[in-house]
Amino acid sequence: MDLMEKNLELLEVQKLEGHTDRVWNVSWNPVSAHADGSLPLLASCSGDSTVRIWEQSSLSHSWTCKTVLEESHTRTVRSCAWSPSGKLLATASFDGTTGIWENYGSEFELISTLEGHENEVKSVSWNASGSFLATCSRDKSVWIWEVLEGNEYDCASVLNGHTQDVKMVQWHPTMDVLFSCSYDNTIKVWWSEDDDGDYQCAQTLDVSNNGHSSTVWSISFNAAGDKMVTCSDDLTLKIWAADIAGMHSGEGYAPWTHLCTLSGYHDRTIYSAHWSRDDIIASGAGDDAIRLFVDSQHDSVDGPSYNLLLTKKKAHEMDINSVQWSPGEGNRLLASASDDGMVKIWQLATNP
Amino acid sequence: MVTGLINENPIIYPKKERRVRTDSSNTDELAAEPIDQLEIFDILSLDIKDPEHPYSLEELKVITEDSVEVDDETSHVRVTFTPTMEHCSMATIIGLCVRVKLMRSLPPRYKIDIRVAPGSHATEDALNKQLNDKERVAAALENPNLVEMVDECLLPSDE
Repeated sequence: MDLMEKNLELLEVQKLEGHTDRVWNVSWNPVSAHADGSLPLLASCSGDSTVRIWEQSSLSHSWTCKTVLEESHTRTVRSCAWSPSGKLLATASFDGTTGIWENYGSEFELISTLEGHENEVKSVSWNASGSFLATCSRDKSVWIWEVLEGNEYDCASVLNGHTQDVKMVQWHPTMDVLFSCSYDNTIKVWWSEDDDGDYQCAQTLDVSNNGHSSTVWSISFNAAGDKMVTCSDDLTLKIWAADIAGMHSGEGYAPWTHLCTLSGYHDRTIYSAHWSRDDIIASGAGDDAIRLFVDSQHDSVDGPSYNLLLTKKKAHEMDINSVQWSPGEGNRLLASASDDGMVKIWQLATNP
Repeated sequence: MVTGLINENPIIYPKKERRVRTDSSNTDELAAEPIDQLEIFDILSLDIKDPEHPYSLEELKVITEDSVEVDDETSHVRVTFTPTMEHCSMATIIGLCVRVKLMRSLPPRYKIDIRVAPGSHATEDALNKQLNDKERVAAALENPNLVEMVDECLLPSDE
């Protein structure tokens, strides 16, 4: 299926209004998108200190705000992430705390507040099994929390190594390997060799391995977990690869290597990149545009390369802070969040 | 805690005589005038005073008309400011004030870049990076102490 052949368009399905300040992040509930009975849910978080949960109606297919999680965080909520089971939502805030909310169908209840970071928490991520959470902060550290019974969360590890503000953490999709990216321009990989919970920095991707030359804002993995895309203030997207098959079979740590750099496509900071299940990379940038990239499938001597599939200019009125593909099969929906206070839902479709 | 001012004896420059804007022959009152360099310079020079002294940034030559590069068509503005001293620790506050003033005065479509004049500050690169990281700026503006300092500098002038 050669996507470049088709006349594809990113169509705006709906604009979700409600937040009263910039929207920093969106997160699709991983389960509700294709489970019977439950409706697709999307969470968004904002500079207005709230989190909004949007639900799609099965009858009209339109999205409405089901609930607003407010009066808990006292400052900007920077990032939100659903647990793999879809039952919990973690919210990271500039107030230094991370909230854990339980989804009781029609209501959400704050069941725990994780404290410990010295200042703003920037990102939160659940591992594949939902047994660990990771958070990161301007305090330069990455924390790993263990999920225990009875809504208990224990700090399992405090990882120091970054020399500046850590912007995002992301667990690998199939292995308990943690990735973090920072204002210090590097990406760090954290791994517990003996699987005993003692995480160490296994690798640092910096300019010496063809890494970024400015703040790295975001990390996203392909479905297989053998490739990742990172985006930066240096105006590039970088694709990395690792031989994870070896890691899965216990051959020790498989290092990540730079595969290619996508430059010349963005002239403002790229805040977010997300790799879809069917291999389309979406980017959201400070020029208000969403761009989609695909593997060119024409490996040259220099290695794989990526082509720009399409550019959606003025997707929002202001900077785009987050783009995320829906986990649902076959529908190719993309959610975006912007400084203009809007969340938008897009559909990648063939132009009739 | 530093008790003295960072710059005890700043050089004060005379205020620039304002260019008289010629009457536009454009009779369509509904047409929005493109925002230009002079307009942005006026926004910045008149209403931002230095954190340490009761003088405007213009009077201290921290910003001049040439400090402002604007392209209304692409909605871009870049302001280059010159701190009065190479090790001026107030540079972050000044940069923040400039950004906040522009954010409050320009339409939301505008992209704002702030930088210190090349060679004018000891930690130029670090300063520029911090001033242009919008997440850091957003967090700073949620800090009541910083907001108070910024608002002090942005108090409307009495003239």
